[in-house]
Amino acid sequence: MNTNEKYDLANQVIDHALKNGAEQVSVTIYENRSSNIEIRDQKIDSLKESNRSSLSISLYVDKKYSSHSTNRMKKEELFRFVDEAINATRFLAEDEFRSLPDPGLYYKGGGVDLITFDPKLDSVDPKTKIDISNQALNEAYKKDDRIISVSSYYSDSISNSVMVASNGFKGDSGSTGVSLSVTVSLKSDTGRPNDYWNENALFLDKLKTTGIGEKALKRTLSKIDPKKIVSGKYSVIVENRVAGNLMYPVYGALQGSSIYQKQSFLIGKENKQIASGLLTAYDDPFILSGPGSRLFDDEGLAAVKRPIIENGILMSYYIDNYYGRKLGMKPTSGSSSNVVLNAGSRNLDEIIGSLKKGVLITGFIGGNCNGSTGDFSYGIEGFFIQDGKIIHPVNEMNITGNMNQFWFNLIELGNDIRENETNRIPSLMFEKVDLSGI
Amino acid sequence: MNLKRREFVKISGITAAGSLIIPPFLTSCKGIILSDNAESYLSHFEVTRALLQKVISAAMEKGADYADLYFEHTLENYSSLEDGKVNSAYSNIGFGVGIRVLKGDQTGYAYSESVTPDAMMKVARTAANIADKSARFSPVNINEYISPNYYPLKTSWEETSVKDKIPYIQRMNDNIFAADKKVIKVNAVLGDSTSYILFYNSEGLLAYDYRPMVLLAGICIMEKNGQIENFFVGRSNRMGAEFLTNELVDELSKEVVAKTSQLFTASKPKAGEMEVVMGAGESGILLHEAIGHAFEADFNRKKTSIFCDKMGQKVAEDFVKIVDDGTLQGKRGAINFDDEGNPTEKTVIVNNGVLSSYLHDRISAKYYKVNSTGNGRRQDFRNIPIPRMRCTYMENGPHKKEEIIASVRNGVYVVSFSNGEVNIGQGDFTFFVKFGYLIENGKLTKPVKDFNIIGNGPQALADMVMVADDLVIDNGIWTCGKDGQGAPNSMGIPTVKIKKLTIGGINA
Repeated sequence: MNTNEKYDLANQVIDHALKNGAEQVSVTIYENRSSNIEIRDQKIDSLKESNRSSLSISLYVDKKYSSHSTNRMKKEELFRFVDEAINATRFLAEDEFRSLPDPGLYYKGGGVDLITFDPKLDSVDPKTKIDISNQALNEAYKKDDRIISVSSYYSDSISNSVMVASNGFKGDSGSTGVSLSVTVSLKSDTGRPNDYWNENALFLDKLKTTGIGEKALKRTLSKIDPKKIVSGKYSVIVENRVAGNLMYPVYGALQGSSIYQKQSFLIGKENKQIASGLLTAYDDPFILSGPGSRLFDDEGLAAVKRPIIENGILMSYYIDNYYGRKLGMKPTSGSSSNVVLNAGSRNLDEIIGSLKKGVLITGFIGGNCNGSTGDFSYGIEGFFIQDGKIIHPVNEMNITGNMNQFWFNLIELGNDIRENETNRIPSLMFEKVDLSGI
Repeated sequence: MNLKRREFVKISGITAAGSLIIPPFLTSCKGIILSDNAESYLSHFEVTRALLQKVISAAMEKGADYADLYFEHTLENYSSLEDGKVNSAYSNIGFGVGIRVLKGDQTGYAYSESVTPDAMMKVARTAANIADKSARFSPVNINEYISPNYYPLKTSWEETSVKDKIPYIQRMNDNIFAADKKVIKVNAVLGDSTSYILFYNSEGLLAYDYRPMVLLAGICIMEKNGQIENFFVGRSNRMGAEFLTNELVDELSKEVVAKTSQLFTASKPKAGEMEVVMGAGESGILLHEAIGHAFEADFNRKKTSIFCDKMGQKVAEDFVKIVDDGTLQGKRGAINFDDEGNPTEKTVIVNNGVLSSYLHDRISAKYYKVNSTGNGRRQDFRNIPIPRMRCTYMENGPHKKEEIIASVRNGVYVVSFSNGEVNIGQGDFTFFVKFGYLIENGKLTKPVKDFNIIGNGPQALADMVMVADDLVIDNGIWTCGKDGQGAPNSMGIPTVKIKKLTIGGINA
């Protein structure tokens, strides 16, 4: 379906729903095409081609609400699907807070091109993709006697969607994405360490295709024969690639649904200090070619660049239309776009070089955070650092704390923000962190 | 086939049918469970035997060794309660066919969301490109596989209206609020799904399955003197609407109230290595993470698993026997045949402490020259099947629970979990403990909560020094993620003592 055909089908489904008892309706039609290539030890392991489509509908009937999705896109079937859905919605309980967003908050068109769609990606032939994957793999393949396996993964994705709401919203968007990664496994006396490196881009010709296999191999070699260290309070540096893991519980606690359901450790913290004054984070939907960039969100709300945390003070939550009504707060968007942290002045090596004793965390494994209390505990791996030097790899340890205290222990942000990520976060250093080992 | 049957099938057909495409969340359906024969499934997907053979021939036309077609039609429904009322619902329909082509251990995969001959031929030829010759494939005779039924159904979700489901969700809410004055919020959800599966491969195997699934979950949030605590409970089975009983709802409500209440006095444990007693039931997560994944044969075939050179070796005490079983009736991890058409079974992976089998899919079974263990599973028709666990549990051992607790001087007894993870190569595994107790000098003492435990798989297996005789298979809502695909699992374990694991806690 092209964009006009999607609008046409969405409008027909909306008309049908309104004629058959719905008071308000919104419809999103989404199409995605993707290909995935995995190469292992210079041989193609799998080739996969995907083409998917879906129609999602939100129905507001007699002050009652339900939502549905299907990949059966024929008009007659969709009409029957909607009829049944409307009938069934009537069995639910009323919810006075359910209605489409205030049209005043909708995106009204005229936004700039955020350059999120690579028009050439669709015509790239499979051989080119296989060649890119092979080249990445060959940077590591057979480069060390201890290698057991090297795999490279290429994937791309082309998405288009149209959204129409019965109270005056229409919008369409398209985005593309390409990613390339290499994983290396080694054999050692104590195990089979593995690690990876990956690069992402929205445009194929912007994808960094060199150095991936090399970095993956280097990282894996550095992880041979890890040891755990004695439990205690340490300074830790969290590498940029995984620092986002520590932000996820914060994003969760900023959600309107978490606040409403008392599953947030940030309830009532607006305009209060929740982290070290060093921390500033913006939600920025307008970064050109940013993977999370958008002109409107999944409810049609016009995108706004806004501070989330400024100098450690909580500036705003992620409030969608429904929980905005329930909480009596103005919707800001219930989902993040690109989150950009402020950068510091030193790179990771300089920060490591200044650390007398501590741990560089390069990976998390398992663990969780209690949303209501902020208590967290995660498995970690990384490196023991003494007098500014990496001494040995560590594994089989945990990091434990409480989110409401932990972020006050942030003492430095690196200057190494990773581009091409929705979470633009540098390496972070914290002090007095509880680590569990021996 | 009599007239009545034909009509019955006809209204079940995709294009003809209002009934079939309606999500069962919706009003009444007219008793449209397909009868147990291949014809009804062929009609459902609007394909003929001749068309299946034609599509398979196209998939094989570049000289592949093997190809299969996996037709799926899944209807899912969720009804949710917030603020004391069942006031939102979601349903989803997924329909399509996945076509897989194998050449040696190489896989070509593509899927179509339409089952017209043209659409399927196009997709078959895309997947065929994994092979690179030109070959003529002569279809073999079709051999219909009648599988055992490990999830016999009394009442399908398709004939169960949302009206019939609401009272159970409501009852959970009302029970929880009535049980304790500290309760400030309750969330509850009932989810059900129904899948029609039709499978055909280049060896002529034709199989079909009707797969129900249900989950019921509740979250209780309590407040006491400004402290807020929450707890989640859930149950899931491959069952129809007979799953829903007042007894089950009452049991879950009681459990969530009791578990939320006890959190108010719980604290974080001390950091470091300790003896760990895993309570019977949910602690099966230990087997899933520490051992099960590393036994999945794809990791071993690729030599990336820490267990890949340990087949036939002693890895645990004599009394340790661990199995992965797809045949337990009505369990979330049960499956009549796997998503590659292979029969499911009870696979013994550790017997008398000796590693006895990996968990195989078709590719790894061929690599190791063994029969498939029926572990080739996929999230849906959009995904390539890979080795996955079903219901992984440990059989009873010689010890008693009391004896195990009494043997611990300084440790933790852990009973409730939320999630886990494993690194296959280095063997590190973790699980997150929602609730447990300290054990001091052989006695359960202070309650503890919200901490991660980390260990090493082969070491933990060797360190299982006591196994009790109180096996419980847990019916929690376990979904395992691998290669971006989710798969429903069950797990179970008797009370087990592990010499030492690292507890994520606080340092003095």
